[in-house]
Amino acid sequence: MKAARGQPDVAFPRPGSLPAAFFKEVTLSILDLAVQNLASPMVLFFALGVAAALIRSDLSVPEAAAKLLALYLMLAIGFKGGAEVSKSGLDPSMALTIGAGILLSFFIPLAGYFFIRMTTRLGAVDAAAVAAHYGSISIVTFVAATEIVRGLGLAYEGYLIAVAAVMETPAIVAALLLARRAAPKEQAGESMGTLLREVATNGSIVILVGAFFIGWITGERGMDMISPFIVDPFKGILCLFLLDMGLVAGRGLRQGARELSPALIAYGIYFPLVSAAFAAPVAVLLGLSVGGTALFITLAASASYIAVPAAMRLALPEANPAIYLTLSLGVTFPFNLSLGIPLYAALAQRIAG
Amino acid sequence: MEMHRKKRIEILLEAPAQKRLTDLLDRLDVTGYTVSPVLGGKGHHGAWSREGLPSAAGAMVSVAIVVAEERIDEVLEPVFELVRRHIGIVTVSDVMVIRGDRF
Repeated sequence: MKAARGQPDVAFPRPGSLPAAFFKEVTLSILDLAVQNLASPMVLFFALGVAAALIRSDLSVPEAAAKLLALYLMLAIGFKGGAEVSKSGLDPSMALTIGAGILLSFFIPLAGYFFIRMTTRLGAVDAAAVAAHYGSISIVTFVAATEIVRGLGLAYEGYLIAVAAVMETPAIVAALLLARRAAPKEQAGESMGTLLREVATNGSIVILVGAFFIGWITGERGMDMISPFIVDPFKGILCLFLLDMGLVAGRGLRQGARELSPALIAYGIYFPLVSAAFAAPVAVLLGLSVGGTALFITLAASASYIAVPAAMRLALPEANPAIYLTLSLGVTFPFNLSLGIPLYAALAQRIAG
Repeated sequence: MEMHRKKRIEILLEAPAQKRLTDLLDRLDVTGYTVSPVLGGKGHHGAWSREGLPSAAGAMVSVAIVVAEERIDEVLEPVFELVRRHIGIVTVSDVMVIRGDRF
């Protein structure tokens, strides 16, 4: 497309001017982080899983083993967060960050719904279901981000585990309100209270929050006792888990890709960036550390693909699961894992600390 | 051997809604039901499989109930009302049982 004549040149700073140098530097640091991240075993094992699924290999991780790996990751990350809080002590920013997380998780679906209705042809109920996924969080994306943040030599606030746990449900409330407004007749019958209780008490939240409190109570002594189990093997187990996630994402893409229009695929990539743009100033206002800012942005930018899909099947059964599952797991998760998290970390390095 | 005629309702239902259905069956006082996992299959939207799903969404279960013929409407109507909005299939068949007083 040709550039329009007479466009003001402020949008395109001359080479060598301050904004251009700044953007060049930022772009280079993001590229650097992205390349470093793409060549990490975690991302490569995920890619192997996707590739194996796409070539229809029979490679698979048994269902029960995959569940155990997920339990291990939740236990380890929860415990580490709790032990960190016991070391650093309680500070008021914990309550503030939890509050901010709840608000973000509630408002991101409203923005998500607006964007999806503007840029795609999805109907109201499908759009509300997709919006719920993007407002809620993906704990696996969060776990991968903690590893990337740690790899950059950055520390983060242990209480972000608790923030992750509370950010799972408000998005569902927002999406149900949207859907009830759009199609009130269809949405009667399902009680929101029962549904929220089920989501808030799902197994991964209980183990995550439980391990967080156990880590908090037992502190350094507890950490010394079980660190050979939860610290040393963590990266290897995360690789194995991501291999399985890659297989699942690849299979999902193979089966569900025809449900996704180019506009929806674009949404799966640009909307996490919109959420990140909402979360970044909030993290700065909260005064989070660089690592904490990167993780807080990641939480906002990630999309659920475990708890919310099951909740949406109960709350909005008319919404097509192939759309929201494929978009969240097949598009947004790989994007966040490969490019998104390095981008959020680079952003955090610029704005926080 | 003496046999008794009964009705068997089989509900193939998406897994997240399973508890809703079994709670309803408990409230309806059916004498029993059997829940089985389903491996995979093919339907309106193509082939599906429970293999490697990260979430209960997408998996299916099969719930089988045997009821006395005179109770069929009283069980089937609320069951269908619940299942109507979900992904699933409801079938009813005639079966013979040996211990008729159990159902």
